Amino acid sequence: MNATVDIRVNGEFRAVAPGLTLLELLRVLGLDPRTVVVEHNRRIVRRPGLGEVSVAAGDAIELVHFVGGG
Amino acid sequence: MTTAVETVRDTPLTIGGRSFQSRLMVGTGKYRDNETMVRAIEASGAEIVTVAVRRVNLDRSKEESVLHHLDPKRLFLLANTAGCYSADEAIRYARLGREAGFNDFVKLEVIGDRETLLPDVAGLVEAAKTLVKEGFKVLAYTNEDLITALRLEEAGCAAVMPLASPIGSGLGLINPFSVRTIKRRLSVPVVVDAGVGTASDACITMEQGVDGILMNTAIAAARDPVAMAHAMRLAVDAGRAAFLAGRMPRREVAVPSSPTEGMLD
Repeated sequence: MNATVDIRVNGEFRAVAPGLTLLELLRVLGLDPRTVVVEHNRRIVRRPGLGEVSVAAGDAIELVHFVGGG
Repeated sequence: MTTAVETVRDTPLTIGGRSFQSRLMVGTGKYRDNETMVRAIEASGAEIVTVAVRRVNLDRSKEESVLHHLDPKRLFLLANTAGCYSADEAIRYARLGREAGFNDFVKLEVIGDRETLLPDVAGLVEAAKTLVKEGFKVLAYTNEDLITALRLEEAGCAAVMPLASPIGSGLGLINPFSVRTIKRRLSVPVVVDAGVGTASDACITMEQGVDGILMNTAIAAARDPVAMAHAMRLAVDAGRAAFLAGRMPRREVAVPSSPTEGMLD
């Protein structure tokens, strides 16, 4: 049995615990859920739902925020 | 003493149901540091500032979002879709920006060419239609083409934003005729976006009668961005006031300003 699953976060492969929720992923990465927007397999997951969505092998997650721009 | 503010009777700029006193909107990119950016925004008097949506840098998770420096209670944050090269990509960024932000407004960019950064107008109209259906207030960055501007208005855009010249070029208003035509034919606000290089460009642009200007590089890349932001504020106000005042007709011959009668023998 695999102790971890591979997911992609902002284009980079990461090994994480199976069943990890998106909220837990943010915590592992040291990110404040209030300052980040989470896209899970191309679907935006709003803040209240982050603790209810678990990641699975091969998932693609994008974590974005506002930066300076014109 | 009568100040200029009291002599100019202007209406607020209303876009998508929101009203603004300032007709100058500024970007937040390319500043050498955040403190300069904050002071420049303050000096510009702008109420609307644009921001971009990008990946969080996971290697430097302590890196601050630009939101850390911009108070959303005082500034209206307008998310853009800069760097998007298709309608689908721009729609994806617009949705993310809406989640990250505080309003349904988006500055829609669909870029068609990496060298000139000119818009892909077909993709732009397509993305605008979808986003309007999703409840977005779309401010569409486009070229100075009347037909595209009309299509964007038909698509339900809250404002149409023709360029003065290419993004970051600082070449100023290349085609005042087309920009005036767009302004004359559209009912929604026309805000010139991109290409202004210095204060005179901003003033001449506002003198065409457009509703506002959005700029970034002209301020951020000035030797003194805070001073240039102040200059741009004055230039936008001056150009707007001159437009409202109504300029004298151009003449190809001289007309004396002093009486021709009463001259000595």
